Amino acid sequence: MNRSTWLLLRLLQVIPTFLLIGVAVFVLARLLPGDIVSSMLGERASDAAINRMTHQLGLDRSIGAQMLSFLESVARGRLGDSLAFHVPVLKLIGDRLPVTLLLSGMATLIAVAVAVPMAFVAALTANRWPDLLIRSVFQVGLSSPVFYVGLVLLTVFAGWLRWFPVGGYGDTAGEHLYHLFLPALTLALSFAAVVMRSLRASILQVLTAEYVDFARAKGLRGRVVLFRHVLRNALIATVTLVGLQIGSLLGGAVITESVFAVPGVGRLMVDSIFARDYPVIQALTLVLAVLVSLALLVSDVVQMWLDPRVGR
Amino acid sequence: MNAPLLEVRDLGVVFATPRGAVHAVDGLDFTVGAGEVLGIVGESGSGKSVTLRAIPRLLHANATVSGQVLWRGEDMLALPAERLRRLRGGQVAMVFQEPMSALNPVLPIGQQIDEVLVAHTSLDGRARRARAVELLGLVGIASAAARLAQYPHEFSGGMRQRAMIAIALAAEPALLLADEPTTALDVTIQDQILQLLLRLVDELGMALVLVTHDLGVVAETCDRVAVMYAGRLCETGTVGAVFGGPRHAYTDALLRSMPGTGTARERLVPIPGQPPRIDRPVAGCAFAPRCTHARPVCGTERPRLTDWAEGHASACFAADELGAPLVGAVA
Repeated sequence: MNRSTWLLLRLLQVIPTFLLIGVAVFVLARLLPGDIVSSMLGERASDAAINRMTHQLGLDRSIGAQMLSFLESVARGRLGDSLAFHVPVLKLIGDRLPVTLLLSGMATLIAVAVAVPMAFVAALTANRWPDLLIRSVFQVGLSSPVFYVGLVLLTVFAGWLRWFPVGGYGDTAGEHLYHLFLPALTLALSFAAVVMRSLRASILQVLTAEYVDFARAKGLRGRVVLFRHVLRNALIATVTLVGLQIGSLLGGAVITESVFAVPGVGRLMVDSIFARDYPVIQALTLVLAVLVSLALLVSDVVQMWLDPRVGR
Repeated sequence: MNAPLLEVRDLGVVFATPRGAVHAVDGLDFTVGAGEVLGIVGESGSGKSVTLRAIPRLLHANATVSGQVLWRGEDMLALPAERLRRLRGGQVAMVFQEPMSALNPVLPIGQQIDEVLVAHTSLDGRARRARAVELLGLVGIASAAARLAQYPHEFSGGMRQRAMIAIALAAEPALLLADEPTTALDVTIQDQILQLLLRLVDELGMALVLVTHDLGVVAETCDRVAVMYAGRLCETGTVGAVFGGPRHAYTDALLRSMPGTGTARERLVPIPGQPPRIDRPVAGCAFAPRCTHARPVCGTERPRLTDWAEGHASACFAADELGAPLVGAVA
């Protein structure tokens, strides 16, 4: 198998993945406690009205037929209207998704920008005080719940010091970045800790590799050995981890957006769950799952780019 | 003999391990002259590879190296980092045992040659590429230009070892340190690689230190041999003198344990017992517990290296009993 075949197969793999996501979302929606029709019509609806609505929604059809028609609607991009806002679900999500993507992107950037150099320092001073210090500091980030970190940052940097706004999103691009900095930092802390620990371990492993000794025996400069020979090999494992972490990042975004009142899909998700806005919950689950699988796709492609052995 | 390029004096290597110190190399002396081929032989764990890596200071932080490694009279162990860097891969190059793990899996072969040229020459990009092609040709890799863009996993085992030799030769070293360069290869390829190394020694006039556990390889390729046991030097001399009339009981036993080239169906004589643990220095001769010539003094006093002939020395109390030519041993 050559690399372009590998890449093509990896791209085709998203088709069954998306199909399974669709099935899972459909099943999850049926498993939710409560009855959609009565929550739509209210407690005092007549039996006739309930029957009519059940028929309208197609809920009187077989479960298989319902699933097929659900998958068909999804494929056509028809995800219905929000029960709470009475606007198309896609518009609701479309307005808020860029906010969450920007937030997650900022968090990823901050996490990687902090974790990579720190992992290097920690690995090169393994078990001496800089390493121990870095690991203890990151351990705090790793073991603190996101909502708590968010509240602390909010209190200190927005409440006391007034360096950053308490919440919201602002109107211009600059304001967006300014408003999202604290929530992104909140998300980045645990993310950075995971990346730092993983990368530190990979670097330590790569440092004992024969090709690193050989690189030194070749008389290469220290930074060439570190960046060309050590970092690149150590990053291969970490790239996959970063892809896998995008899922937790989006999960964290749900909480962080609520704490910082950021109008993203995370907060929409929380609001929709409280409002039992099933079409929105269903569509959001679908969108988030697709985002995670796309993140994994990207990390696989980056890994292929870093490691010439992938796909051979 | 020429004035030595490399002179190793009283080399000691101690590894700090969780279970205490390991004395991997202890009081080792040897020299290598320009254009000379020295074989260092010994069993696994005898300290031969550690010795080789101690020369360009490649051992990791858990190793403490003592003694002197004089390169053209200058102690490499005391050299500042930048001077040492320019020596490594420049004048003193090295080839490792496992080409698969010694070549970086994610970089093309061409780049792995090129970076040596960047570090040690002032050639421009075009000249470096031409030199890389020339080097691959020199070590017998066909269609070299196309091979530059390939990765180590696209090479066969023998090709990888050739590529590693090409990398080592890039800056025209005066000394090549080769750590069991043929152990990971199958027999026919082993022979090709050895022939290649010998041809390069002849053509380029460089010196070669060949670490191996294979006495046959030493007999075929080396001018002189140093026999190591438990981190110490047992015997050193020309291949003819040492193999023809060993003056150390260990060398003697080692040669008798080898299948000979003669036609006589002689029984092989194995060496009984195991090499000693080296977590503490042994008081007497390290080989004494396994030695059939052992005397009381061997257990208490450490034998000193004694000259038996010009350039033939051994550290053995029973040396006077030995020295007779072996029958049926390696040529």
